[in-house]
Amino acid sequence: MGKDTGTVLRLNAITKRFGTLTANDRVSFSLGAGEVLALLGENGAGKTTLMNILFGQYMADSGTVEVFGQTLPPGNSRAALDAGVGMVHQHFTLADNMTVQENITLGVQPLFRPMLDKSAARSRIEALSERFHLAVSPNARVGDLTVGERQRVEILKALYRDVRILILDEPTAVLTPQEADDLFATLKTAVENELSVIFISHKLHEVMAISDRVVVLRHGKLVGEVQTDQTDRAALASMMMGGDIPATDVVAATPGATLLELHKVTTPDVGNAPGLKSVSLSLRAGQITGLAGVSGNGQAALADLIGGMRGPSEGRIDVNDVVPRRWSPQEAIRNGIARIPEDRHKVGTIADFDLTENAILERYASHPFSKGGWLSWRASREFAQDVIDKYDVRCPGPDTRIRLLSGGNMQKLILGRVLETNPQIILANQPVRGLDIGAVTYVHEQLLAARDRGAAVLLISEDLDEVMALSDVIHVIAGGRLSPAFARGQMSPTELGIWMAGQGFDEDMPHAS
Amino acid sequence: MEIFEILMSVSFWAAAIRIASPLILGTLGELICERAGVLNLGIEGIMVSGAFAGWMAVYSGTGLWTGVGVAMCVGMSFGLLHSVLTVPFGLSQHVVGLGVTLLATSGTYYAYRLALPEVTSPPKIEAFQPFEIPFLSDIPGIGPALFSQTPLTYLAFGLVLVVSLVLYRTPLGLAVRAAGENPAAVAAQGLSVTAIRMGAVTVGSGFMAMGGAFLTMSAFDSFFFEMVNGRGWICIALVVFGSWRPGKALLGAVLFAAFDALQIRMQQTSLGADVPYQIFLMMPYILSILALVVMSRRAEVPAALMVPFNKGER
Amino acid sequence: MRLEAIEDQTWPRRLLPPLIALSVTVVIASGLAMLAGANPFSVLGLILQGAFGSQFAILETLNRATPLIFTGLAVAVAFRAKFWNIGAEAQLYAGALVTVVLGTGVLQWPSLALLPLLAVLAVLAGACLLLVPAVLKTRFGVDEVVTTLLFNFIFLLFISMLLEGPLKDPMGMGWPKSARLLPEARLPRMVDGLRLHWGFGLALISAGAVWIIQSRSTLGYEMRAVGLNKNAAAFAGIPVNRVLIKTALLSGGLAALAGFSEVAGVKGSLTLDLSPGFGYTGIIVAMLALLHPIGVVFAALFVAGIFVGADSMSRAAGVPTYLADIMLATALLLMVLAILLMRFRIVRG
Repeated sequence: MGKDTGTVLRLNAITKRFGTLTANDRVSFSLGAGEVLALLGENGAGKTTLMNILFGQYMADSGTVEVFGQTLPPGNSRAALDAGVGMVHQHFTLADNMTVQENITLGVQPLFRPMLDKSAARSRIEALSERFHLAVSPNARVGDLTVGERQRVEILKALYRDVRILILDEPTAVLTPQEADDLFATLKTAVENELSVIFISHKLHEVMAISDRVVVLRHGKLVGEVQTDQTDRAALASMMMGGDIPATDVVAATPGATLLELHKVTTPDVGNAPGLKSVSLSLRAGQITGLAGVSGNGQAALADLIGGMRGPSEGRIDVNDVVPRRWSPQEAIRNGIARIPEDRHKVGTIADFDLTENAILERYASHPFSKGGWLSWRASREFAQDVIDKYDVRCPGPDTRIRLLSGGNMQKLILGRVLETNPQIILANQPVRGLDIGAVTYVHEQLLAARDRGAAVLLISEDLDEVMALSDVIHVIAGGRLSPAFARGQMSPTELGIWMAGQGFDEDMPHAS
Repeated sequence: MEIFEILMSVSFWAAAIRIASPLILGTLGELICERAGVLNLGIEGIMVSGAFAGWMAVYSGTGLWTGVGVAMCVGMSFGLLHSVLTVPFGLSQHVVGLGVTLLATSGTYYAYRLALPEVTSPPKIEAFQPFEIPFLSDIPGIGPALFSQTPLTYLAFGLVLVVSLVLYRTPLGLAVRAAGENPAAVAAQGLSVTAIRMGAVTVGSGFMAMGGAFLTMSAFDSFFFEMVNGRGWICIALVVFGSWRPGKALLGAVLFAAFDALQIRMQQTSLGADVPYQIFLMMPYILSILALVVMSRRAEVPAALMVPFNKGER
Repeated sequence: MRLEAIEDQTWPRRLLPPLIALSVTVVIASGLAMLAGANPFSVLGLILQGAFGSQFAILETLNRATPLIFTGLAVAVAFRAKFWNIGAEAQLYAGALVTVVLGTGVLQWPSLALLPLLAVLAVLAGACLLLVPAVLKTRFGVDEVVTTLLFNFIFLLFISMLLEGPLKDPMGMGWPKSARLLPEARLPRMVDGLRLHWGFGLALISAGAVWIIQSRSTLGYEMRAVGLNKNAAAFAGIPVNRVLIKTALLSGGLAALAGFSEVAGVKGSLTLDLSPGFGYTGIIVAMLALLHPIGVVFAALFVAGIFVGADSMSRAAGVPTYLADIMLATALLLMVLAILLMRFRIVRG
């Protein structure tokens, strides 16, 4: 790799603003033929926005994109595709109720052609998937595929169109370490087939492993550009963060009593999301229990169960050694479970409610926020102001609609809302996803502080590095089954990856029947 | 045993097919809109406007097929209005749909009053006549029932086939279905979700107007106020009943129409003498609700139905 | 094009879109009046005069606004929780039905006892009627838009059946019409000598009550939360289905009061033309009011004014009264667009 035979793509001084936020500030770089270029940066650095401009999904406020020497018309994905640019989005753009083939061939033929050419398309997909090691059946319904398979469909979508430039946005975020290796092999094949690749990531080890050259973005600006073989992780990290990395010191925990215990809990599958399969788990005071796993393997079911959204269909849940009567969100809250949901925009908050209304969302019906069915806005506002002050929520005031806050400030409000009650059990589901580095550190410190004052914390994350850094004990979830507990440092990422891929369970749990 | 006799009669099934025709057209139109992800509650008003426009055109001297074309154009302009508000602007499909129904209905009545200020009873037109398809109409039983209908009925059945083929066999249909399942997938493949959805709503509204035109040009030969009488709402129920598939929707419409024809005939029987006629008239509506209850659970709703798509959303 | 949320809305941003929407409505109405061969300025003048030009006109407008306030409130309450009650028409008749069944002689009570009882029972009837679609929605996931719409047809047939059967007035000369209410069951006038009945007062009180419930009670908070984001509400422990049922009961009850007030305050008996679509017009009223209960009162006055004004304009200028419906439909569609443009700007890309 790394043979530089000319420039295939050039970004010239791209600037993009969203309201007052400048997402990209005069960013320029170029991509060589047959090159793997890593676009490195923290969450919120503007990587995805930049690629969406390149792919014509946003229009830049200024600046141009040149592909093979031709300037692309702005805001036109069609032109980008026709020029040979393909993009694999971080959030897949697939229609679940349609087949793999339908998803791949969508929009490839001119719309007003009389017939879909199904059999030719099928053999072409099969040929491509063989050549690039992307095994997937064209007739499968996308909704039935695993996350890894769906990513293959996304890549096939681009390859089917004969793209020359492939952009992948955080492609490993949803993969096991082993699947990530397969992806890297596919990318190598792609480069051998004379494609050029832009690889977006915030993970240093991947960038070092796969790229020829690295471009670093910070706060929307291009802050560095280096050949991969002339740099190292530390140098990249300091470029990415703008100085020293704020390392979170994790001191060993002193675990106490078991506060929440699941006994062989099974929950039904919901659509394609697996339910729990006879899961037993103890959350102990003063300990962070980490849950690793590829997304869509039962994390949602476990979070729903502990958060009270769904009861067990088999098995038992004990909270403080008591079996709760009717398991519901109210019951979970009453039992002192603090819940930080996965999706803070759609589940954690109500966008058009103000901060006050969002702050009391879980407790509006209890003292001091209401009495006899009537709300006390004064007490509610005071509480909201308290949370804003204590948890450093940056906002104009408690009357601001929460949709105007950044993700980090929104998350701080959610944290404050649940931590103010000194909860004994904390369910943190993807608590730092999409946050910038400052907010990530803040959330992690709050979780560690809660642990140190004796709370039992369950940390669910698809980021294996995060789980390994913070957890005192790690479980892996795969297909709704839970691995045994591993102590901190007991397993390497590769070993955990084997469990994440669903192996290892059979030796541990022999078939009962 | 009167029911049995009714069910065995050719005229009963001929009537059922005739009653089904406007429902088939309306249901197909709604189905196209919903498949692309847009609920079109303008259907009731668009059917009224189509009924009037087609009839008025013929009354002013155009040919019958031109009249059908005029009805479609009027329906499509209301569809365009609906889609401009609901697709690029993403306004509430409920509110816009009801607004379009009100606008189309009142606009039609206003136009009627302007065009025919003096008349007390609306004039009749020379409408479509039944056309016996050679050979097929000679088949005993089903021949006279199925193949001695007016051309618009044949067109309605033919369009079911056409819409099925387009939806499932062509690149266009694939794009329409994908727009109703996940618009982001459509945008990522370089297609315009806005154009696809607006096109589907506009064309679908043309179908609805044709369904309305059937009433004045193939059934009653004249235009009355209140003549659509909830047929549009029933079409919406039929789309759910048909699980968003043209073939099943056709089946649902025929079943429903058979039931409607049956209740009309039951009013004439000895049972009809004892039971108030309103009970019979209620039956189709009650049946629609029951069908919704039964089907709602297992129906495969387009995943992005009523979800607006804003490509710059972040 | 793309819509971008505006963080701080300036005054022109808040005022211009609705003003433009109303102006465009007027322009369209003028154009249509010209089509009918009338002078647009005189048509608009006649509408205004017919609605607000004399004491008689104003009272007529207030009377016409009364049922619209009730149905507008019913719709506003339901839509706030994203419960799409399109069946206010049927609920109105349910209220009217209870009023004539019990008010024509079954209960021989004095006014002060009879009227409150009739009102309460009317509310219950309307609430029960909407309970069916609400339960179908929460239990079976059946879309309430279609069920409430179809209920309108079913219930009107039911009323028609009763009016031709058990409720038929033997003195009615064959018309499908109920017997007349007892004098004790009639709503008195608010001011002696002025043709304005207490239904209007009740409507204002209801609007105030709904406002207080929505802004101050936990139920109001729950209804708004469910309407804005059902998933977040459920996650926070708000019993979404129970809230939807309560919303439906409140909404159905309010719509039924329109029927009670029309029968007891205006008509004195039940006929099939009791409501010229008050239930459907309530949707327009609620939307024009941005679903705000106090706004409903003003929107109802505006809508009633257009109807009353258009009636008298039609007699004077020969323009069909349907002009009023067209104006309202146009105003509705433009207003929802205007509301969007108050909060978002259109940007390129």
